[in-house]
Amino acid sequence: MRGAEAWQLDVRPSGADDPATLVIVLGGRWRIDQHPPAADSLQARLTAPVRQIRFDASELDDWDSGLLTFVSGISRSCAGRDIAVDGSGLPPGAQRLLAMAAAVPEQKLAARDPGPQGALAQVGTATLEFVHGAPQMLGFLGELVLSLLRLVAGRARFRARDLWLEIEEVGPRALPIVSVISFLVGLILAYLGADQLKLVGAQIFIADLVAIGMVREVGALMTGIIIAGRTGAAFAAQLGTMQVNEEIDAYKTLGISAFDFLVLPRVLALMLMVPLLTLYSAFIGMFAGLLVSLAIFDIGAFEYYTETLRALEFKQFAVGLSKGTVYGVIVAFAGCLRGMQCGRSAEAVGHAATSAVVTAILLITIAASVMTIVYYQLGI
Amino acid sequence: MKETAHIEVRNLAMAYGDFIVQRGLDFTVNKGDIFVVMGGNGCGKTTLMRALVGLQRPAAGSVLYSGEDFWNAEAEAQQRLKRRLGILFQGGALWSSLTLAENVALPIAEYTGLTPARVDEIVAFKLALVGLAGCENLYPAELSGGMKKRAGLARAMALDPDILVIDEPSSGLDPLTARRLDELIMELRDSLGTTIVVVTHELASILSIGNNSIYLDSESRTMIATGHPQDALKNGHPKVRHFLTRGGST
Repeated sequence: MRGAEAWQLDVRPSGADDPATLVIVLGGRWRIDQHPPAADSLQARLTAPVRQIRFDASELDDWDSGLLTFVSGISRSCAGRDIAVDGSGLPPGAQRLLAMAAAVPEQKLAARDPGPQGALAQVGTATLEFVHGAPQMLGFLGELVLSLLRLVAGRARFRARDLWLEIEEVGPRALPIVSVISFLVGLILAYLGADQLKLVGAQIFIADLVAIGMVREVGALMTGIIIAGRTGAAFAAQLGTMQVNEEIDAYKTLGISAFDFLVLPRVLALMLMVPLLTLYSAFIGMFAGLLVSLAIFDIGAFEYYTETLRALEFKQFAVGLSKGTVYGVIVAFAGCLRGMQCGRSAEAVGHAATSAVVTAILLITIAASVMTIVYYQLGI
Repeated sequence: MKETAHIEVRNLAMAYGDFIVQRGLDFTVNKGDIFVVMGGNGCGKTTLMRALVGLQRPAAGSVLYSGEDFWNAEAEAQQRLKRRLGILFQGGALWSSLTLAENVALPIAEYTGLTPARVDEIVAFKLALVGLAGCENLYPAELSGGMKKRAGLARAMALDPDILVIDEPSSGLDPLTARRLDELIMELRDSLGTTIVVVTHELASILSIGNNSIYLDSESRTMIATGHPQDALKNGHPKVRHFLTRGGST
């Protein structure tokens, strides 16, 4: 016996008087790990006088897919050249598996990969996607407004427990990251301001700069961006996974508004918590400013405190809180929109989360600019 | 077919924390068997499968592949043993970012060092074998449940494993497709000598393909050895007969 010897292949006419029949003699171990030859290596022999192919597997010790792919490759080549293939010389098991593989005809499901696109085509596709996406976004906004109206009318149905869970998740649990970032941003503001104000000997105005900056603008902006990355992405991933699991369809078939049930508590939670986080962020920023003034620029704590109180008016808080509320709604809107639009695969969920953060940050920046200009024009 | 033990399970117990799912499992799967693990919902069938294929460490006992203890083996030996296993998960578990062809090709390309053209040939053959010829470039998200399951089987067979472990092969399939899958499983055993462990509660499959079996009982949390399912149907343990006749015999 050959035992562990590798594959052997011999091709010969069946007899001197019968050049039309080719016999393929297989021997040894035709296993994938022995790297048997591909069917292509026989192409040259499948020509003119050959009308029929037989197999002789009497010397074959062992086989697996290595043999099967070889034979099916030969069959395919022969089918195109009108050569008959007689598989009766193959091991019975191989014959049956080959028959099974051939039993279901190839399905004409054209590949949907259109291939690489030119730059112009990509711009066009992106533009079309945006144009088609805009009405969807507006539709979602409309549904959100309707849902909020239902809430005011007391007809929106969701579980209070969901709202509390969301509030805990987006509010208190975000405190550590909001603290760290607000502290560092306050610190940067103080240094930046002190450097400039030193030139005119007005270092005490660091307090004004930090207080107004943090309360009016930076606290809300930082919180908005943190929440976009932290919570907006989470919303999109949660709703996207629900979409994959057909959970949202299940709500729909039961006649329960998936919007009220899933989107509304999330929007409310952010609407309530982001202004509070904004306020918290502003105080942390001012605290950082105080520390910098004390330690580096020799401004007394009491001086800093009174200067801060003098600088802050109610309208500063109103502006900051209004911005925080808007950013919160934007993040919830973007997260839920992308989550609800999610496709049915793991990749789509990832795409939804990314897209939620990008949409949220883009919309926050636009809203920040618009509101700053409007408040300036109104003299607030 | 000569009777050689291929998988031996010795006094195996599986638990989640303090909750014991099954204990005292003791059985042998011979080479070339189609071994059926049956039982009702939640009796621990899938947990047993996870312990067999190296996904979940059992609470006690051992799993031996050709005499080699899997859970006490070195990481390298475990890796080698894992390569001899092909696994079909309940939902197919296809990688959603890869096409069908790429799904099947990945293990082959990873472990055999064949040229891409040869890999493609093998992939095309495996997909044809499960009746999915021509679907190479589809993504899993574009497939029906039955197609996903068949594609999962093609991937499980990619490396011509010695042992195929299949979780619920026919759940969610129409009777004809399920039958075809059963036939394919039997054919793999007959022609390639593959040992097959099937975790299922589909009666039609159990009775038509299995030649040895155990029944996992969720009340006593242990197994009832049942032998050939057809024998179990005639004169097995009352619980097993009850199960195999859909509650008809008590």
